[in-house]
Amino acid sequence: MTVAVVQFGGSNCDRDAVRALSHLGIDAERVWHEDGLPEDVTGIMLPGGFSYGDYLRAGAMAARSPILSEVREAAADGVPVLGVCNGAQVGCESGLTDGAFTTNESARFQCERVFLRVENADTPWTAAYDEGDVIALPIAHGEGRFEVSEERYDQLVEENRVLFRYCDADGNVTDDANPNGSRGNVAGICGDYGVGVLMPHPERACLPDLNGSTDGAGVLRGFEHA
Amino acid sequence: MSLSDADRELVVAELGRDPTPAETVLFENLWSEHCAYRSSRPLLSAFSSEGEQVVVGPGDDAAVVRLPTYDEDGTETDEEGEMYITMGIESHNHPSYVDPYDGAATGVGGIVRDTLSMGAYPIALADSLYFGGFDREHSRYLLEGVVEGIADYGNAIGVPTVTGSVDFHENYEGNPLVNVACVGLLSADRLVTAEAQEAGNKLVLVGNATGRDGLGGASFASEDLAEDAETEDRPAVQVGDPYSEKLLIEANEELVDERLVASARDLGAAGLGGASSELVAKGGFGARIELDRVHQREPNMSALEILLAESQERMCYEVREEHVDRVAEIAAKYDLGCSVIGEVAEGNYVCTKDGETVVDVPPEFIADGAPMNDLDSVAPEQPTRDLPDADLPAAFEAVVGSPNTASKRWVYRQYDHEVGLRTAVRPGDDAAVMAIREANAGLAISSGANPNWTTCAPYDGARAVALENAANLAAKGATPLAAVDCLNGGNPEKPDVYGGFRGIVDGLADMCRDLSVPVVGGNVSLYNDSVSGPIPPTPTLAVVGTKAGYDAPPAAFDGAGEILLVGDAGGAFGGSEYLAQVGGSDGFPTLPENASETLSTLATVANAETTLAVHDVSHGGPAVSLAEMVTADAGAEVSVENALDLFDETPGRAVVETTAPESVREAFDGVASVTTLGSATTDGTLSLSVGDETLVYDAEEIADLRGVLARELD
Repeated sequence: MTVAVVQFGGSNCDRDAVRALSHLGIDAERVWHEDGLPEDVTGIMLPGGFSYGDYLRAGAMAARSPILSEVREAAADGVPVLGVCNGAQVGCESGLTDGAFTTNESARFQCERVFLRVENADTPWTAAYDEGDVIALPIAHGEGRFEVSEERYDQLVEENRVLFRYCDADGNVTDDANPNGSRGNVAGICGDYGVGVLMPHPERACLPDLNGSTDGAGVLRGFEHA
Repeated sequence: MSLSDADRELVVAELGRDPTPAETVLFENLWSEHCAYRSSRPLLSAFSSEGEQVVVGPGDDAAVVRLPTYDEDGTETDEEGEMYITMGIESHNHPSYVDPYDGAATGVGGIVRDTLSMGAYPIALADSLYFGGFDREHSRYLLEGVVEGIADYGNAIGVPTVTGSVDFHENYEGNPLVNVACVGLLSADRLVTAEAQEAGNKLVLVGNATGRDGLGGASFASEDLAEDAETEDRPAVQVGDPYSEKLLIEANEELVDERLVASARDLGAAGLGGASSELVAKGGFGARIELDRVHQREPNMSALEILLAESQERMCYEVREEHVDRVAEIAAKYDLGCSVIGEVAEGNYVCTKDGETVVDVPPEFIADGAPMNDLDSVAPEQPTRDLPDADLPAAFEAVVGSPNTASKRWVYRQYDHEVGLRTAVRPGDDAAVMAIREANAGLAISSGANPNWTTCAPYDGARAVALENAANLAAKGATPLAAVDCLNGGNPEKPDVYGGFRGIVDGLADMCRDLSVPVVGGNVSLYNDSVSGPIPPTPTLAVVGTKAGYDAPPAAFDGAGEILLVGDAGGAFGGSEYLAQVGGSDGFPTLPENASETLSTLATVANAETTLAVHDVSHGGPAVSLAEMVTADAGAEVSVENALDLFDETPGRAVVETTAPESVREAFDGVASVTTLGSATTDGTLSLSVGDETLVYDAEEIADLRGVLARELD
């Protein structure tokens, strides 16, 4: 099995994703977007970065690149797809998931540690946790504020598609614990099939030698459920 | 600025004719202070740049240093390390005044390309920034623009900004400083230099198209900032494109993977003319360049515009003829422009345009022929002692709440400091520690200077800057490996300014030698002068050190240990934040004579298992160190004999929390003094007793005091 970490021009967390997945014993390789997906692909990760410089809207250009059609088809065939940070923006822009990630309430880039409450433990990306668990992950984004219409938001909640919400250390979902003004403190959601997207970086909370959280390993282990 | 009469005479004598217009601007820029170091090179021989670990010293795009390798169990191996790091530092001072966002962003881009041209992958950035008084609106405007520029560029290219410094001083009002250092990593077999290898090899320009931007940037950087610089000099400032830079990083990586590069130089100051002439001259060659072949963004560019434009995100590669097609393929993969502009040749450096020769000069003459300036200097006077009687609580709150000592989280939160998965100790600590798994080594990085210190005493202040940066590494248990410096000064034609500049050069050089830290490269930026006067002489030093593994004691209290202050106090307060806040003057503190021994002992103590926390003493003195170590869960009960002891900034000292105070005393026996300050607590409160007076602050009150940047700027 191989997880394809799709590298667009401007991706910058592709090497990190491969390193973190390899650490977990999950075979992964970087795939240049113009080369297309390998035939034996068993998982797809859309990594963080600034695809095409994010000069239009974040993720908008990459979402329209040819490899995304392949990603959509693979997803429909049951291949798990995880979008992280810029990859989450690409996921939204390409219609793999609902909503959009847009400019932080602060209008600044924010690189810091946040807490997340697991809302739905019944997906590949959250199966390692129990509902209500609190995990610590880093964020690093300028455009991570989740937005979606009121109506669609209610539907997302009803369909149990919220993966994580920003919370405090004790698991309380509060305005103070919301780093970017996301609607409903939503940090990550799932789409159809095995598609999940989140703004925080699970691959940065994986390697024990970095003296930080290793709570992100559970998210990446979602590729093992394929 | 134009070519001076004296320089023109030299050129005419060498060429035996009048220079062409293109040659004239080439000489004007390459012989400028910015490129040729005419006023500083006579002083730079003070630095020692040698050491077993030094692979490439000063004079290339970046320095290259061999990393020690460690066994799994943490002992250093005898084998010659196979992993190298690159180190470079650059100033982008004038552009950042005129256009803070683009000026700072392109400073990052430039130093990253210096890293690429050695064959390395950039793994860390450090920024040392200096602005006028924080209470001024204009300083805040510059700070916000500079930080946003660094963030947008560095974050997009995926290079973490892991450490640095921010200082405010009224004399930066008319001329802020932006000093950016970059560390790269490469295996020994990937090393590329900026020394042309063989006549007949092609010169290939890869990257952005050349336009009319940044014309005359080098010469703009070599004169005082005029009052109308913000409007008049805007065309000399380049605009960055981090997306292209990121593509260039990836393309460079593939070019080096496939061993397609014979030599490389990035295009920085003085554009194509600078990079190509220096590259061939360094190898003892000339060149034949057809300027028409340069891929251009605008029509009808003249020869001198193509030669001098400082359009960003471009690299010049020397490539063997048989590899040229493959280089073009890789450039195409990354949507980068690519043109074969000529070749390395014997003889002169020759450029043609429309079949006409526009430049024809001896390469070593243009690259190294600039005459040096012999300038007068006046040594600065040491201030005398005039210490005020200050109210302790007011002084504590003023010092801990000063923007200079305050938390810089507002700044580093905007930088992606974790991309790359190597950042094991994050910003906000004494030094960053990067995991170099390829050598089982932790690479500690610290960068900064202190304008108050070097204003008070340029020579001793600069020695203190070197000691303080090295102490930051020691506090994390690392041994210094090498340093690069960025020497910033005012107009060197003013004898007192040049005297101060001479002081910081000698001071930095002497302390680095005492610490056995080779200074392997650097940058000089003079003419940081404006209608508001010269800047304080500012010797930014970026130092790296190594240790086995990536663990380091935190700079926050644990709560279970005894608190010691290690290191000798210097007995004076000149240049301190305390005097800046309460007024008065004093000479600069005496620095320890055995600085090297003190720091190696501190590093040993830092690595002991019984050591729970270490934080070095610097800006603001122990008062600030202690305040910074308090968390919601851990605090300290501390008492000192004399209130002034709390504000003594003598570097080379640290606050240590330990469960084995006796072994710390033993380690420092005969090396430096160890004073018991008190004990750590688990109540998140700092209690400070001086005689019968006791100050008590809880973690939240301290955070409020230290939160001045975020409070004022958000």
